[in-house]
Amino acid sequence: MLASRLLLHPAAKRALFVAALCPFIWMLYGALTHQLGANPAEYLIRATGDWTLRFLCLVLAVTPLRVLSGTPVLARFRRMLGLFVYFYAVLHLLSYSGFDMAFDVADIARDIVKRPFILVGFSAFLLLTPLAATSFNRAIRVLGAARWQLLHKAVYAIAALAILHFFWMRAGKNNFAEVAVYAIILGALLGWRLIRFMKKKGAFPASLGLL
Amino acid sequence: MLIKSSGTGFIHPVSSEITSRALYEGRRDVLRLMAGGVAGAALASWAARDALAQAAPFQRPGKLAVLTAGKSAVAGAMTMEKVTDYKDASTYNNFYEFGTDKSDPARNAHTLKTTPWTVEVEGLVKKPAKYALEELLKLSAQEERIYRLRCVEGWSMVIPWVGYSLSELIKRVEPLGNARYVEFVTQADPKTMPFVGSSVLDWPYVEGLRLDEAMHPLTLLSFGMYGEVLPNQSGAPVRLVVPWKYGFKSGKSLVKIRFVEKEPRTAWNKAAAQEYGFYSNVNPNVDHPRWSQATERRIGEDGLFAKKRKTLMFNGYEAQVGQLYAGMDLKKNF
Repeated sequence: MLASRLLLHPAAKRALFVAALCPFIWMLYGALTHQLGANPAEYLIRATGDWTLRFLCLVLAVTPLRVLSGTPVLARFRRMLGLFVYFYAVLHLLSYSGFDMAFDVADIARDIVKRPFILVGFSAFLLLTPLAATSFNRAIRVLGAARWQLLHKAVYAIAALAILHFFWMRAGKNNFAEVAVYAIILGALLGWRLIRFMKKKGAFPASLGLL
Repeated sequence: MLIKSSGTGFIHPVSSEITSRALYEGRRDVLRLMAGGVAGAALASWAARDALAQAAPFQRPGKLAVLTAGKSAVAGAMTMEKVTDYKDASTYNNFYEFGTDKSDPARNAHTLKTTPWTVEVEGLVKKPAKYALEELLKLSAQEERIYRLRCVEGWSMVIPWVGYSLSELIKRVEPLGNARYVEFVTQADPKTMPFVGSSVLDWPYVEGLRLDEAMHPLTLLSFGMYGEVLPNQSGAPVRLVVPWKYGFKSGKSLVKIRFVEKEPRTAWNKAAAQEYGFYSNVNPNVDHPRWSQATERRIGEDGLFAKKRKTLMFNGYEAQVGQLYAGMDLKKNF
């Protein structure tokens, strides 16, 4: 298949890497050339958060896409996409800490306790850290595949926390349209896995097999 | 007026805005030169005027019709802080009738139809009236007022408004004895305002003040900014500006001013009563339930990594408006 051959090409990974860096390059360029509007700090905090969510959707879409389209080679892009989730999450945390809190650790600690949505976002980041830290091959060998997989199931909790973080942030303006879009995408991606899992376990009668 | 105090709206400038040492030390030479000249007497008196007022605090953007105004004599009406760039002030707006993103109003508000425009003044007044915009514009002398604007979201600007004290209008309609509050109803036309009807707020957007707050000389009925008529996204053709309260208290594109006996139910108070009180005075000591109000980011001035500046009680207008709230528990009446 041509698509699979293209995806297997050594340059495919490099192309994805460059594409995934584009939002960051734009933010950097925009900040240096004053193109981020009247409140660049707010722009950067929000844009890094948006891209964290987008990469989270992308990385969780790899397996369903791979299975549904019968394209096993897609799996080779999953780790890089996962690390980009962490990359943008780190930028998001740094932007908030730097632009909003001037890196004042005491202020940040107070803020985490004071504002539930900051606490939720921060928890998601903490949960994401061991996943990023065990993304290389040796970590998988050391942990053993089963334990590694169990650890990386935490991504589902992270997705839920991320949506809650976004929902709470937008609650002030009763403005949930965008939150709903991400919630539906992530819900569908998790739902698909749940149904597959149930089917494997035989929890569904054969008549529901179409699901 | 040479000596500036907080009573006249003076907030100490940051060091970069203070006259440079060389200029300062040369001032006597300049005065001596002037005094020696032919027009010495006249020039010397001119030179004694407020030194900081010499340089125009802003430039007219040249985009909309000019709205000329005289200087305001109202105490606190002329802050000397650096005026925010017109570009920032006219592209970073909250005006939910045109979208919830702050860049939406500048993009979408061109559809707002501002002529003809009337403002109805009704309710508990002796002389209810329907004012055409042209009449309102001429009702009292237009004044320039440079106010700080503090948004409840934690950012601030400095805006040169054009308008006159709302009290001028109120005096003309003669409120009755039982009128205790003023309700401000803003335009809600789904045909020209694409987001009217969205579930974010109850439409029309309604705001309110206590009558004594509405009568305070700082409360401005505004028709322009930066020496020109208001751009649509800033609330054309006529809006309220209440500088000691969070920005959302200052209704845009007013169509009705109603005098009532009971505290009006205001738009944000209806949407989230635990977060937005009726008073919503700027207060660094009372946090929003979801964020601190102790500091703010001045748009266009504080660099990306600058620590945010401290928010001032009543947005720095405590000397002028503090007595309105004497004896009130401001934590309860937030």
